[in-house]
Amino acid sequence: MNILRKSDLKRIVACAILFAAVQGLLFAEIIGPFWELNIVLICINIILAVSLNLINGYTGQFSIGHAGFLAVGAYTGAIMTVKLGFPFEVALVVGTVAAGFLGFLIGLPTLRLNGDYLAIATLGLGEIIRICILNIDYVGGASGLMGIPRFTTFAWVFWIMIFVIFFIKNFKNSSYGRCCLAIRENEIAADTMGIDTTKYKVMAFTLGAAFAGTAGVLFSHYFYIAHPASFTFMRSFDILTMVVLGGLGSMTGSITGAVLLTFISAYLAEYPEWRMIIYSATMIVLMLHRPQGLFGNKELSMKMFGLGGGKDGRTAESK
Amino acid sequence: MDMGSLLHQFLQQLINGISLGSIYALIALGYTMIYGILKLINFAHGDIYMLGAYFGFVATTMLGFSFVPAIIFAMVGAAIAGIIIERIAYRPMRNAPRIAILITAIGVSFLLEYGMMLIATPQPRTFPAVFAADVYHFGPLVVNSQQIVILVSAIILMAILTYIVQYTKIGKAMRAVSFDTDAARLMGINIDRVISATFALGSALAAAGGVLVGIYYNSIDPLMGMVPGIKAFVAAVLGGIGIIPGAMVGGIILGVVEAMVSGFISSTFRDAAAFGILIIILLYKPAGIFGKNVREKV
Repeated sequence: MNILRKSDLKRIVACAILFAAVQGLLFAEIIGPFWELNIVLICINIILAVSLNLINGYTGQFSIGHAGFLAVGAYTGAIMTVKLGFPFEVALVVGTVAAGFLGFLIGLPTLRLNGDYLAIATLGLGEIIRICILNIDYVGGASGLMGIPRFTTFAWVFWIMIFVIFFIKNFKNSSYGRCCLAIRENEIAADTMGIDTTKYKVMAFTLGAAFAGTAGVLFSHYFYIAHPASFTFMRSFDILTMVVLGGLGSMTGSITGAVLLTFISAYLAEYPEWRMIIYSATMIVLMLHRPQGLFGNKELSMKMFGLGGGKDGRTAESK
Repeated sequence: MDMGSLLHQFLQQLINGISLGSIYALIALGYTMIYGILKLINFAHGDIYMLGAYFGFVATTMLGFSFVPAIIFAMVGAAIAGIIIERIAYRPMRNAPRIAILITAIGVSFLLEYGMMLIATPQPRTFPAVFAADVYHFGPLVVNSQQIVILVSAIILMAILTYIVQYTKIGKAMRAVSFDTDAARLMGINIDRVISATFALGSALAAAGGVLVGIYYNSIDPLMGMVPGIKAFVAAVLGGIGIIPGAMVGGIILGVVEAMVSGFISSTFRDAAAFGILIIILLYKPAGIFGKNVREKV
């Protein structure tokens, strides 16, 4: 979409340094297996949150069935490697394309709905996907698809995450992304300005679904198993909470939300009975006092701390 | 299968479906009333139903109430819970963006579910049999006393609700607020009181549904409200959201379709059927069976 800008180059270097640091700590075994798992989970959650933010935050289409696409990616990827013996790379591509295609098929009719109706329809579709998987014996039915090799490494998730973040950032700054933002601000006005609203809504939905599929492939190839119980609407709400916590329409917000919530979950893992209570109470208190999320629809940047610099990441304000 | 047994199977599933559907209708009524007034999908409504089932459980096992006092106890308890939830979580958000309120509702739903897990442990509880379970045979068809009790209670409750909404002052106020909130406020109606009353009524009905389900399936657990909650919403949308008779009809239709799907296809596809109906109705008649199409204005 865009050629690399100089600021992007700086960011990629920063990412590489971060990657080297974490990878080094993993090699030196300073980070134990528990936190390694959580770091991988954070990366997967970031992919999910950022892709949902593309649909909910940028395009303003309230979708809460993201776990369904995650499931499609997880299962198609696993079928590719376990049943058909393809390499992991192929599984990644096929999982992504399958989820994206399904997103396209689902998006085309349902995106005519808006607001609460769309939310409920996507919630229903997510559940239908899960129930269908539950009834297919080929993929293990209710007991899940087991024996998936662990191909996902920290390097894989990290670089795919970076790719998705950059892709969506550039998408947002492209003419397509501007159309999506226009639809979010006022669909009728966008329509009158000659924007093909259906096209852009479906495009954002398809892209979001496809990246959820990628996350699914990574997910199932890290945890050895694809189980229908991991893709209930609880999971969709989890992802939604990350996005909303950070602020709808803020990419850095989604990333922060994903990191924060995964850490909170990990810390509360020892108190499982309290985990969801704290989680939900946080959600309510946050909504009561800061309904726009931590960052609103602004991006976190140096500028936010009054340090100048960072010319990027303020596009949401200049709408 | 020959025609005779097919017909028999059909009628049997129809009976099962109507008794299940009347419970969905009870929950759907609360959804539809709250949506009609606040334009809020109250995700926590399914958990109020769970709460009602637990109140009923407490009433029958610990306090030794019989059926009717237990269901009234549960309804009153849930009505109070509904008012408190509205007061704490929804009232401060009257002017917040719709998405924020929806997420608050999801948060309240989780809080109720996991709060109940903490208090009552996640294990399912056996709901005591509050009356003798008799089985009646009408030719080849089987009807048990629970199904009759469910249907009769549901009809009585719906009749009471219809009376309240149509013929009392607060009911009139509810209809006015759901028709046009601002105009109602200008006419001197206390909106907050009407909303509290709506939550109380809706929650009481859901609680009654919870107790009836407890009696029907003999088992309650803290997550029991999740799926029926969403299905009841489907029922409300099916009938036309905001329309009270629509919720009743939608609930019954949903119950019958589910019973048919589990009887003739497979019980695992039961939940998918509900969502399938939802998607079809949203695509072809988003206003629901009883709804009128409203033109979009700029």
